[in-house]
Amino acid sequence: MDREGLLEIAEAEKNQRKRHRIHCCTSTGCQAASSLDVKKNLTKAAKEQGLSDEVDIVGVGCMGFCGNGPLVEIEPDNQLYETVTPDQAEGIISSLKGGNASAAQGNLHHPFFSRQMPIVRENSGKVDPERIEDYIAFGGYQALCKALYDMTPEEIVEEVRQSGLRGRGGGGFPTGLKWATVAKMPGERKYLICNGDEGDPGAFMDRSVLESDPHRVIEGMAIAAYAVGAEHGYIYVRAEYPLAIKRLEKAIKQAKKYNLLGSQILDSPFDFKIDIRIGAGAFVCGEETALIQSIEGRRGNPVPRPPYPAEKGLWTYPTLINNVETFGNIPPIVERGSEWFSGIGTENSKGTKIFALTGKIENNGLIEVPMGITLREIVEEMGGGVPDGEVKAVQTGGPSGGCIPENLLDTPVDYDSLKEVGSMMGSGGMVVMDKGTSMVAIAQFYMDFCREESCGKCIPCRAGTEQLYALLTKLLKKQATAADLAKMEALCEMVKSTSLCGLGMTAPSPVVSTLRYFRDEYEELLQERGYSQVNGKVTIG
Amino acid sequence: MSKIRFATIWLAGCSGCHMSFLDMDEWLIELADQVDVVYSPVGSDLKDYPENVDVCLVEGGVANEDNLELIQQVRDRTKTLISFGDCAVTANIPAMRNMLGGRDPVLKRGYIELGDNSPQLPHEPGIVPELLDQVIPVHQVVPIDIFMPGCPPSADRIKATIEPLLNGKEPAMEGREMLKFG
Amino acid sequence: MSVKTLKINGQDIAAEAGKSILQVAKEEGIPIPTLCHLEGVTDVGACRLCLVEIKGINKLLPACVTEIGEGMEVETNTPRLQEYRRMTVELLFAEGNHMCSFCVANNNCELQDAAIEVGMDHTRFDYRFPDRGMDLSHPEFAIDHNRCILCTRCVRVCDEIEGAHVWDVGQRGEQCYIISGLDQPWGEVDACTSCGKCVDACPTGAIFRQGTTTAEKLGDRAKLSFLINAREKQEWTR
Repeated sequence: MDREGLLEIAEAEKNQRKRHRIHCCTSTGCQAASSLDVKKNLTKAAKEQGLSDEVDIVGVGCMGFCGNGPLVEIEPDNQLYETVTPDQAEGIISSLKGGNASAAQGNLHHPFFSRQMPIVRENSGKVDPERIEDYIAFGGYQALCKALYDMTPEEIVEEVRQSGLRGRGGGGFPTGLKWATVAKMPGERKYLICNGDEGDPGAFMDRSVLESDPHRVIEGMAIAAYAVGAEHGYIYVRAEYPLAIKRLEKAIKQAKKYNLLGSQILDSPFDFKIDIRIGAGAFVCGEETALIQSIEGRRGNPVPRPPYPAEKGLWTYPTLINNVETFGNIPPIVERGSEWFSGIGTENSKGTKIFALTGKIENNGLIEVPMGITLREIVEEMGGGVPDGEVKAVQTGGPSGGCIPENLLDTPVDYDSLKEVGSMMGSGGMVVMDKGTSMVAIAQFYMDFCREESCGKCIPCRAGTEQLYALLTKLLKKQATAADLAKMEALCEMVKSTSLCGLGMTAPSPVVSTLRYFRDEYEELLQERGYSQVNGKVTIG
Repeated sequence: MSKIRFATIWLAGCSGCHMSFLDMDEWLIELADQVDVVYSPVGSDLKDYPENVDVCLVEGGVANEDNLELIQQVRDRTKTLISFGDCAVTANIPAMRNMLGGRDPVLKRGYIELGDNSPQLPHEPGIVPELLDQVIPVHQVVPIDIFMPGCPPSADRIKATIEPLLNGKEPAMEGREMLKFG
Repeated sequence: MSVKTLKINGQDIAAEAGKSILQVAKEEGIPIPTLCHLEGVTDVGACRLCLVEIKGINKLLPACVTEIGEGMEVETNTPRLQEYRRMTVELLFAEGNHMCSFCVANNNCELQDAAIEVGMDHTRFDYRFPDRGMDLSHPEFAIDHNRCILCTRCVRVCDEIEGAHVWDVGQRGEQCYIISGLDQPWGEVDACTSCGKCVDACPTGAIFRQGTTTAEKLGDRAKLSFLINAREKQEWTR
């Protein structure tokens, strides 16, 4: 297999295409809303109406508008149908011959779609994630060809560095710098890890990318492996993502068949294989050192850094570990060049970011937006605002992030601006809250999450999050005093400064950020004395 | 100059701290010269806690409604409140009932499961004080000025805490001699 | 041997490269409190008591696993560190059921000592009074989880020195506890050689010899260093 071979496959694939291509979302969300039955009925209807030769019914990944699934899209007509039920399938097919479809029509010109800039998700919702040939027809694996045939590893690292791409898992570390470190480490053996242990409440960006376009991630990984000199990679996915795992397994198998993974890839001297490791669902395993421990078969506890995985990672060898979305950005950067990529976004945050837009908002779903777009544009224009209400705050960064109040919604979405307002980019969760939301209760919710997910290794995180949770609960029960509030703030500072890993260090963030912007809500709950008489029974706060 | 008004009280504890207090032996006579003992289970017969107390040692954790009421009254009427001994500072041994998970399981365990003849739950409102759900250290209920750990604190530690106060100074609560729990 | 020069609390120090800040501070007689550190087994940086400030690094780093570097300026006892250490010990006391007065390790307990060292006269945090159990199934020893601070010294000593790996950690967060074997009663774990190293490694009264009562667990903390020295340098006298 070589470049010509790929082009031949793409050509053959395109020649097979029929006049209409109907995309039916088969991602987890839409599947839960019976999209598999919709697809079955579409196929059946096409056959019954004698359109089998005219129409391809393709199961695709996520189209983004998850709140209104199942979604069905007809190409080349660009007709979108929302909340399609299985019995509406027949009507959709007959609409191809001028009939009327009863299914609700979606509007692809709505800002929810039109303001997006899909790069990582450019094939999502279009390509059949279970067929490598379809991915190749979309130009897939051309970037790998370019990397292997036309570029040296150093050139690739430089290209990624120039692109300004930063880690999409949350921390925002410059990807090129990380690659350069691993590439420069001496030694024969190096590893590559793709972190797919997405665990923030309400976040499903990585799952969607893996389910919708697994080859994109595999291609990104292969390019990265070539650039840093690794021959073995792991994709760490949580067990709660069975569909993503299934599609990845299938994709790896197909890639091996076409010699896009394995030995002497694309007839070059480069060898690379990928194994999947399934996580048992511990949030902390998304932390890179804990993830490595988990792959090694140990308890998923973080270990102190330095040494960083780039120097001493999996089985003590230099290891490159990047997030799913980060790898998804690699093929287009290699193919279209760093200049193109760095033209998108802001000065210090290049490219796009995928967000899972959820909460009290009209349009729920996944969006990929250029860096620098404001929160207000996302929430009000794309998201359509709060149904029958007003926005109070937007939470980004999951349990490590913070709540940004309505008056700061004009903050541009980039790593530094979000940090400045006390939140963070995070992996891409974005939860919209309305005026009826208690910010103390929100802080308590996230603290509950952190205390449950603490690995228990270091004391500040294990015991500190418990105490913070207890103090928040005490506040909400109206049993806390001003002294308790002061104690809580001191403890936040301590947990942040002394915890071993990122989970602990950022665990107080939801409290700190809500205190920063909504202090009055905390103060309203304070009592003069820390005990109270409830129904004649004395309770001690 | 009027004498320092001195008190000690005893909540949920074993009285060991008070026994240790009495171990100060001849220094007690010196102490008696310098203070008026206005309330104490071991040094006074008064039933009501008086107003305007300068220093009070609190032994024991807060375990029932009586303890709670008394400690609030004591706090309101006392300048310097000293958490006296491990039960006051940490709730200690009385708090071992907390692991049973609340008031009702404790009473059930003590009076029904372990009761010999005619097991029954005590219920005499106004006479037998109701248990709180948990035994808690004193500082969880009222602000404390000085903590004196120890089970019991030794006579030397008690003396080293009280003596500076008599001279209007803060005791230095630091080091093994003054801080060791247990 | 290469040498690095650094400053600890303003004091100029020259020390062998590759050593940890904790090792060097110890050699120089500069006290840094520890709990999960145990001479002879791998450090894990879990208790966070030995955190120090290093000029130019905005993160506090654990002295036990941070190697010394040329020109490093380390502060081991700033007011900020003192406050954090005290809070750490307070959190530990509030988390378990640590009643010193009738503990086997009373007067010989590293947690008790740490409380004195950080000047803790009470804990500001509400006691959690967890319902933890005990395991008395081993014929010679016992583990009382109420007194465990999860330092994992037993886990490491059993794995690295004795080679039996009887101990490990189960669950997560506050629910964590030390498990023996495959979460079996200790007495049923065939791998246990009854060597007793975990008893000596335990900083508190959590693991003890049966039959010892209040303040009777004296422990032999030096035994471990002796054993390692004996194995590595063939010096079999103490």
